[in-house]
Amino acid sequence: MKATETKLSVTLESNFQSVEVAEKFVHSAMDRFRLEEAESHRVEMAVRESVINAIQHGNRCDESKKVELEINLTPAKLTIFVRDEGQGFDPASIANPLEENNILKSSGRGIFIIRSFMDEFSVRRRHNDGSEVMMVKRLSSNSNSNSS
Amino acid sequence: MTMQLKTRKVDIVNVVDINGKITLGEGNVILRDTIRNLLARGEKKILLNLGDVTYIDSSGIGELVSSFTTTTNQGGQLKLLNLTKKVQDLLQITKLLTVFEVFTNEAEALQSYK
Repeated sequence: MKATETKLSVTLESNFQSVEVAEKFVHSAMDRFRLEEAESHRVEMAVRESVINAIQHGNRCDESKKVELEINLTPAKLTIFVRDEGQGFDPASIANPLEENNILKSSGRGIFIIRSFMDEFSVRRRHNDGSEVMMVKRLSSNSNSNSS
Repeated sequence: MTMQLKTRKVDIVNVVDINGKITLGEGNVILRDTIRNLLARGEKKILLNLGDVTYIDSSGIGELVSSFTTTTNQGGQLKLLNLTKKVQDLLQITKLLTVFEVFTNEAEALQSYK
């Protein structure tokens, strides 16, 4: 690992108590990285939505399966991985929640929120090993200048 | 902090003061049950005061939408009061500010039901 890179990770159970664990983990990391409050909130929310998806849709709440949350920070960007043991999904297949027919639906906004709050979002299938969501937030030059 | 919710009747309107998180799980269920109970009693003019909501996720937004459609389908009105910046931002990006009637002043909100 490069000297300027900080890496944190946690393994989560596939239950909804883990959402709170992930939230506290990320909140603590954001405090450590000294991100601005508004930016921090967006990252925390993106992670929360992603972890819920991993538990609910990826691992289908199977408690024998785990979710891995990994945060990598460099001076230029924050990269977050959420890995599950499910079959993955095609983000292109998710309906646009802004369309007239969808706007009053009670679900289907999670991925849209992640995309809105992060600079990059991608999903890939890991070889025989579940799926991985990658989210990137590019950092302004003074976002994390005090982290060490 | 888990969600706390209090309902008060002001003239013809049921004001629901929500404090804490509206998120997947307990928060959503409490809100859903409250709206259902009000509608079951024939109380169809509902104002959700979100001024003390500290956090809302996509499930919480879904619950607000569901509360709105359930109330509207029963001939009622559900409006929002005192959005925090975080809630307002989320409703903005999801275009739900075009769906909900939103107020920053309780007296004006109450007047709008008459």
